[in-house]
Amino acid sequence: MPDASPAVAVDGLVMRYGEKVAVDRMSLTVERATITAVLGPNGAGKTTTLETCEGYRRPQQGSVRVLGLDPVRDRRALLPRIGVMLQGGGAWSGVHAMEMLDHIARLHAHPLDTGLLAERLGLGECGRTPYRRLSGGQQQRLGLAMAIVGRPEIVFVDEPTAGMDPQARRTTWELLRELRESGVTVVLTTHYLEEAEQLADQVHIIDHGQLIASGTPEELTRGSSATVRLVVDKELPVAAEAALRASIDRWSGENGVGVRSISFGSRTLEDVFLELTGRDLGTAIGSDIGRDVDDD
Amino acid sequence: MTDLDLSPRPGAAPARQQVLAQARMEARLMLRNGEQLLLAVVIPVIVLIGGVTGADRIGISLEHAAIDVFTPGVLALAVMSTAFTSLAIATGFERRYGVIKRLGSSPLPRSGLLAGKVLALLLVECLQVVVISAVAFALGWDPDPHVFGAVLAIVAGTAAFASLGLFVAGVLRAEATLAAANLIYLLLLAGGAVVLPISAYGAFGDVVRWLPSGALGSAMRASLIDGAVAWRDLGVLLIWTVLGTALTARTFKWE
Repeated sequence: MPDASPAVAVDGLVMRYGEKVAVDRMSLTVERATITAVLGPNGAGKTTTLETCEGYRRPQQGSVRVLGLDPVRDRRALLPRIGVMLQGGGAWSGVHAMEMLDHIARLHAHPLDTGLLAERLGLGECGRTPYRRLSGGQQQRLGLAMAIVGRPEIVFVDEPTAGMDPQARRTTWELLRELRESGVTVVLTTHYLEEAEQLADQVHIIDHGQLIASGTPEELTRGSSATVRLVVDKELPVAAEAALRASIDRWSGENGVGVRSISFGSRTLEDVFLELTGRDLGTAIGSDIGRDVDDD
Repeated sequence: MTDLDLSPRPGAAPARQQVLAQARMEARLMLRNGEQLLLAVVIPVIVLIGGVTGADRIGISLEHAAIDVFTPGVLALAVMSTAFTSLAIATGFERRYGVIKRLGSSPLPRSGLLAGKVLALLLVECLQVVVISAVAFALGWDPDPHVFGAVLAIVAGTAAFASLGLFVAGVLRAEATLAAANLIYLLLLAGGAVVLPISAYGAFGDVVRWLPSGALGSAMRASLIDGAVAWRDLGVLLIWTVLGTALTARTFKWE
């Protein structure tokens, strides 16, 4: 596998469902052995983009290459090399957790030790539990285990930690980081800003099917020219805030500069999203109707 | 922390291993499910015992001993319940739960998934044949079998009913599949010449002999009562297989 092609190359992808444009001239590249987050509210086109990379959907316009291969045409060659974690489901309701994981492992030539993997993901105790009785978080972790058990070069994980408790989320993040250290490319969708900020080397922010910003979390959260950012080396007492405001007011009054806002705290991806879309992510999630994909 | 080596080492297992794994999984799940087991074994055995003990009392006139007529019919019923009803219901819910989608991104190709399903069906049918035959022998069954003819009938019946079952599962929602597959099973059990011979249907005999149920029942009776291969009925099953496969191929959605 020493070819130099990027892990994923999406070029001018357009996907429509009837009248609705789900993905609009999307172009992005994912380098190997990185964690890349595709960030955006529900309905932004994240899952559609991911499923096109996974070969579930044929690009209507534009092209998609994964490890240099066409996910539809070269499906058989590509599938053993990628791991897929669906947004939900993917197992028989009556199947035991370990039985399901062992089954997926048997379809691969060099699978991971399923016992160790289950233990690592905290699934050791629910091995004989039928899938339908697993908690949402357990089902998510089993989904992740199924995605990586075949030792893929790339894993696509769709909302990996949705509905997980903080402990399970940390375990999942650690595993995703370890995958990157081991040379696996991780592509994840998320609408959790914190997840993108904590985990990703590269973040692609999409909204209404369009890529609106790309960069490292640091690049994206760096201020623009009209923003002055003051970073201090210790926590400030409450009184300092008032004193700072007073001196800024005085200076801006003397120099005729209007200060639109002063905020204390740190700039986050949330701020970036707000600037770019004019909405904050919380309301974007709340107001967008429907999910990324209408099944069937 | 652990000995997990996550570094990439991708590869598909050999095709045969994949198909066997899939078949084993599907057969296990089928046998684990209480309702499916009821359909696969319990109902056929009840029909067999009920038919044999009831035939004398009701006075249905049969050309042969009741047990000799009912056993092939009940074996045909068992094939129908597994290849059609169980398969349709299981596949309908696999679509619903995203199992087929999940397997679609695994190394298992669709042909391998189908092969696994067929193998699982044949495995379950073997168990059904063993159980039903054992009960029949206990009831005094004394067949003069054409084993090859019986095997042909079971294989052709499985192919026909499985293609039709997949068609139903592919176009309807899971709940509708559940209802339709059970309803069709009951209708064919009552009026499809599976358990009772064509001759019992009088003037309708000319119609029901063209149903997959009638053809399978007749082929089983020909091989186990008359010791013959019923080529005409096998031909009817083949036609249904072609029809079912064409319909499934045109309409089946994997998600």
